[in-house]
Amino acid sequence: MTLVPLGPNQIAFLLHGAVWTVVLSLIACLGGGALGMVVALCRVAPLRAVRAAAAVYIQAVQGTPPLVAMFLLYFGLPGLGLNVPSLLAASLALIVNVSAFLGEIWRGCIESVPRPQWEAAECLALSRTQRMLRVILPQAVRIAIPPTVGFSVQVIKNTSLASVVGFVELARAGQIVNNSVFQPFLIYLLIAAIYFAMCFPLSWLNRVLERRTGGWRRRPAALTAAIPVVSA
Amino acid sequence: MSFDFSSVFDQWPLFLHGALLTLELSVVATVAGFVIGTACALALRAGGVLGGICQVYVEAIRNTPLLVQIFLMYFGLASLGFHLSAFVVASLSLTVNVGAYTAEIMRAGLEATPAGQIEAGECLGLSHVQIYRHVLLLPAMERVYPSLASQFVLLMLASSVTSQISAEELTAAANYVQSATFRPFETFILLAALYVALSLVMRLGFAALAFVLFPRRRRLRMATA
Amino acid sequence: MSDTPIIELRDVQKSFGTLKVLDGVSFAVARGQVAVLIGRSGSGKSTALRCIDRLERIDAGEITVCGHRLADPKLELRALRQDVGIVFQSYNLFPHLTVEQNVTLAPMAVKRVPRAEARATARDVLARVGLADKAAAYPEQLSGGQQQRAAIARSLAMQPKVMLFDEVTSALDPELTAEVLRVLEQLAASGMTMVLVTHEMGFARRIADLLVFMHGGKVREMGPAGILSDPQTIELRQFVSHELAHAGQ
Repeated sequence: MTLVPLGPNQIAFLLHGAVWTVVLSLIACLGGGALGMVVALCRVAPLRAVRAAAAVYIQAVQGTPPLVAMFLLYFGLPGLGLNVPSLLAASLALIVNVSAFLGEIWRGCIESVPRPQWEAAECLALSRTQRMLRVILPQAVRIAIPPTVGFSVQVIKNTSLASVVGFVELARAGQIVNNSVFQPFLIYLLIAAIYFAMCFPLSWLNRVLERRTGGWRRRPAALTAAIPVVSA
Repeated sequence: MSFDFSSVFDQWPLFLHGALLTLELSVVATVAGFVIGTACALALRAGGVLGGICQVYVEAIRNTPLLVQIFLMYFGLASLGFHLSAFVVASLSLTVNVGAYTAEIMRAGLEATPAGQIEAGECLGLSHVQIYRHVLLLPAMERVYPSLASQFVLLMLASSVTSQISAEELTAAANYVQSATFRPFETFILLAALYVALSLVMRLGFAALAFVLFPRRRRLRMATA
Repeated sequence: MSDTPIIELRDVQKSFGTLKVLDGVSFAVARGQVAVLIGRSGSGKSTALRCIDRLERIDAGEITVCGHRLADPKLELRALRQDVGIVFQSYNLFPHLTVEQNVTLAPMAVKRVPRAEARATARDVLARVGLADKAAAYPEQLSGGQQQRAAIARSLAMQPKVMLFDEVTSALDPELTAEVLRVLEQLAASGMTMVLVTHEMGFARRIADLLVFMHGGKVREMGPAGILSDPQTIELRQFVSHELAHAGQ
């Protein structure tokens, strides 16, 4: 085996992998977010059967390691004659995983909108959909932002599991580079540092958002200053 | 397409062995990780140099993937001359990983200790150890118990990643079964079901443990039932 | 004043678990009348009010509101809510919307009123409650009294046939209470049919066409405001003297 030193080519390859980590994270967050919204709405649906089905979905998905979901899609489906490319298998597994966790997080946010708000909307003769869209969700979104940002860190880290089905993202790129330079300590430390650079800002943002107990004004402070605030 | 679970079910001793190892890994990492995490949480609370070091540890672990941590510990340490067995690395890395999460959860629990509780303990003449145990740690643990339990269940699921350094736990067992039976779909469906079952078992275990650990809550629940 | 009542409760029964909160409540309110429910806390008056807007289901008896029979399984809940406005003790304005958006939301969403018209209505009802200059403010920028008046405006914008008020001044200090009560009196003078639950006895005496005194889930006395000066039951006598003692403080 001829070892090559860690040079610009290897670094470029790692950064290329990092780009795919970002892409995969975005796919997982957007796809999982859309599906998670459906799951959350099903969890608060008026029909008991719908709520129960969503609860079973959440339990099943949260009880299955994302790694196993990837194995099932990538190695399992070919057993049934369905060949799935690694990017698709990894994306689907992550989307399903994210949807169950975000669905449960968002259900909590929806339910934490105070009961009287639901009642007031009902008493104004708004339909169920209108109540949800115009009154409850706008308030739930505010509550949901910090935990959702926090969870996105989890998503980025979970994309590393796509390496086991051969998709070349950051972790897999690290393995490949290591196979040629064989400096595992250095390479994996470098990989960890790149993940850290992606995750830490979000962790930090999550903490800042959680600490900020903001009011409801949406406009910037400069504008609100113009409106006289009445002191009771 | 036809399903054939029977050839997969025939391998049940392998699955059982794998499941037991997964549980063993999880229990070791949960207990050791809880001790480390709690110690870290106390250090974080105290601040100073030790607190700073713990802060770095917690952030480093929480912002990097477990898979990379495992690779670093297995291949990285080996290249530096520390050759550890897969099972040791698996236990170590899971412990180090869950320790960081425990630290963060317990820190939140400790922060919620009402002011005056410690003074009250001191006034009663409790020793330092007694104050730590009865006034700080147990109430903090009771406050964050649901988060801790969820974290430890997630840890059990995450232990599947150690199959990548061929630790012989459940996922590795399934990998072996699917290569022997050529029934990957059935194997991984069964594997997923086993993990769901294991997580339910763990949840029940934690509920039972809470029953023993927190007699006050038990009495409250009975009073409201 | 028409003879057929616009709100009628007949022998209404309601329990929360084993606790009986309404035990055969009957009363009727005619069009344009102002009915005031009084009684100690826990007497069932707020529950009775909430039953009128079907926020609580009743166990037995009958309630008819604006022609809607509330026990009817085919009841059009949203039609009922268009005819009935309700204002709560805790205002319950939508915090993410401005005062004007709070007021225009339901007319635009439910009645499909065009935006310009809804805004004109909003200006009108906000002027009636004295908040013409607060249309662009968010609820958290208003005092309690202003929030409560905005909540009244929000209900008025739907042009309900009946308005219900559930202890709308209980969370306010006296100064702010006065400004809300003034709005209620103007509203009564304009001919709105109203049912109020309140602890403000002086106000109740001034505004009520019909006083309903509840105690232990039952209506113990009912009649014009004069019943306060000549209580027939020991419960009302105790209640009146207790309230007077409080007012004297």
